[in-house]
Amino acid sequence: MTGTVLALTATLGLSACGGSKSGESSAAESCVDTSGDTVKLGFLNSTSGAMAISEQTVRDSLALAAEEINASGGILGKQIEPVVEDGASDPATFAEKIEKLLTGDCVAAVFGGWTSASRKAMLPVVEADNGLLFYPVQYEGLEASKNIYYTGATTNQQIIPAMDFLKSQGVKTLFLAGSDYVFPRTANKIIKQYAADLGIEIVGEEYVPLDDDDWTTQVAKIVAAKPDFVFNTINGSSNVGFIKAYYEQGLSPAVSPIISVSIAEEEAPAMGKDVTGQYAAWNYFQSVDSPANATFIKAFQDKYGKKRPTSDPMEAAYTSLYLYKSLVEKADSFDVDKINAAADGVSFDAPEGTVTIDGENHHIAKTGLIGRINADNQFDVVWSSDGPIEPDPFLKGYDWWDPSKE
Amino acid sequence: MDALTTPLLAGTATGALLLIAALGLALTFGQMGVINMAHGEFLMAGAYTAYLTQQVVTNTDLSILVALPAAFLVAGCLGLLLEVSIIAWMYRRPLDTLLVTVGVGLLLRQLAKDVFGAQGDPVHTPGWLDGNILVFGYHWPYRQMFTILLALAALAGLGALLKYTSYGRRIRATVQNRDLAETMGVSTRSVDRVTFFVGSGLAGIGGVAVSLISGTNPNLGTTYIISAFLVVVAGGLGQLRGTVIAAFTVGIVTAFFTDWLSSSMAQVLTFALVVVFLQARPQGLFTVRTRGLA
Repeated sequence: MTGTVLALTATLGLSACGGSKSGESSAAESCVDTSGDTVKLGFLNSTSGAMAISEQTVRDSLALAAEEINASGGILGKQIEPVVEDGASDPATFAEKIEKLLTGDCVAAVFGGWTSASRKAMLPVVEADNGLLFYPVQYEGLEASKNIYYTGATTNQQIIPAMDFLKSQGVKTLFLAGSDYVFPRTANKIIKQYAADLGIEIVGEEYVPLDDDDWTTQVAKIVAAKPDFVFNTINGSSNVGFIKAYYEQGLSPAVSPIISVSIAEEEAPAMGKDVTGQYAAWNYFQSVDSPANATFIKAFQDKYGKKRPTSDPMEAAYTSLYLYKSLVEKADSFDVDKINAAADGVSFDAPEGTVTIDGENHHIAKTGLIGRINADNQFDVVWSSDGPIEPDPFLKGYDWWDPSKE
Repeated sequence: MDALTTPLLAGTATGALLLIAALGLALTFGQMGVINMAHGEFLMAGAYTAYLTQQVVTNTDLSILVALPAAFLVAGCLGLLLEVSIIAWMYRRPLDTLLVTVGVGLLLRQLAKDVFGAQGDPVHTPGWLDGNILVFGYHWPYRQMFTILLALAALAGLGALLKYTSYGRRIRATVQNRDLAETMGVSTRSVDRVTFFVGSGLAGIGGVAVSLISGTNPNLGTTYIISAFLVVVAGGLGQLRGTVIAAFTVGIVTAFFTDWLSSSMAQVLTFALVVVFLQARPQGLFTVRTRGLA
């Protein structure tokens, strides 16, 4: 509670500052010092608290990318000097720490955040300071800021491809199972409207709070509804309870397969059940066959061990640092406004394939992939979108979308 | 028909889980006036014991049977440690024990995160519990039946301990009149320790049952602790009979609300119902003049 109040005070104070020096957009980044041989970059991930296990993987791949970039000569000839902070799985802490990184440490850009709550907390701070944040996780969309670059998927690059895949499989009925918070509810709102357009019937919609793992009553409803497919937007450990109840009550991929948007290479073996044959929608799998990916996996496993899998958010974080390098080099400056002016069309041959920045909304074009889990808990790619999908966070290009309709 | 059977059967299983979690709380509160907020973390300790047992006893069919006594011992010893090191110094100060045990719970949770990681580890269901039987349209999982049997066994075991053993007699004597029991030669200190050991051990057993639903994770106990307290308060403090009825009622009522409305709404409504109920009967389901346990 104190943390929230502090963050709020900090945010308010900042917007007041920002207001007083209106017109001087370069005033804020004047504290960034790039006259020496190094450039400071902030890595802000949760290394404690509930999100630590996920965000630590992102931290690891950021460290790898920084190491690689430094070994090949740095950014504009300057070595990256990471300033690392712990977001502690707490949105208010994220707001405090990014303020410290931008105005105290004077970093040129910050990389991190995972939950939407953490991003929403950092957004007003990074805007008031005219800083830069690179955010690496798929999210619910409906956002764009000139101070944030989104390198994870927005809904039209993950949710909509998943629906297109279901349509291609001849799916007629769909059951929605999600955790009770912003991402699943927003995703399901989009799914319901697109399903109506595609002629897929939604035969059930269930939510369970994030900290609740007992899904037996809800799974009984899936059994009764006999859907062709289950769309899973459940997050975190609650997936374990869901998957267990699903198999316990006699469901299987042969009856009502599941398509998930948060189960990746690390999560699949932790389900306590053999999840072979279930599906997931992402923009990257460890199994993606590309030279850039082979290099990425080898470098990652050489540094962190053969047993460590790579996953979509890790790849997006790794890619974000290289995109930043390309942005700075194109702008020939670390200045935020110059970077933003140069952003459109900047691309990088990422492990997932070539990605390109959209200068309008600061998201990147990504290919939609559907993977089926095999016996090694890796994903066999069974469907792919026709090339990279242009990011459309507000779904302006989809005539079936009406944000005011439930 | 399955509109009734699903919530009824699933709710009975949830109630059974709440009962195992609440028994230990009711026991320690009834006897010592200790509000143990770390009780949920004993549940978590039981779940992690089940996970560790599966690492040692690789035969999944057997490992759960080994895990049950192991979890009882591990959680029981944790409880004993807590009693001897902290609780013993603040008897009859319920507010202090409440705050201190909240801290101990935080500590145990962070410890689990550091040792096992935050994501949690899987606990595999043994073959003989993996499956279901069709009851009026509900595929009733064997695991839920097992949970109910486990709760009844725990209840019977606790009942037998209280009724037929000399320790049980001493516990009952201490509950009814601590000073008099001491005068009669009962070492209330050792009785307290045994009570705390048994109460915490029961949470460990509950943890094994929970691990079969959701595997392990450091926050596993926090999900159950509030509901378990709700059960203890609604049942009437220090009343095993009330605890049993309240546990199954809360479980089944929540399941009906979950079936009709949503999981989040069910929790809200169940709490609201208990609040209304406590307005009418502040002492809970059953009243006791002497704080009798049995």
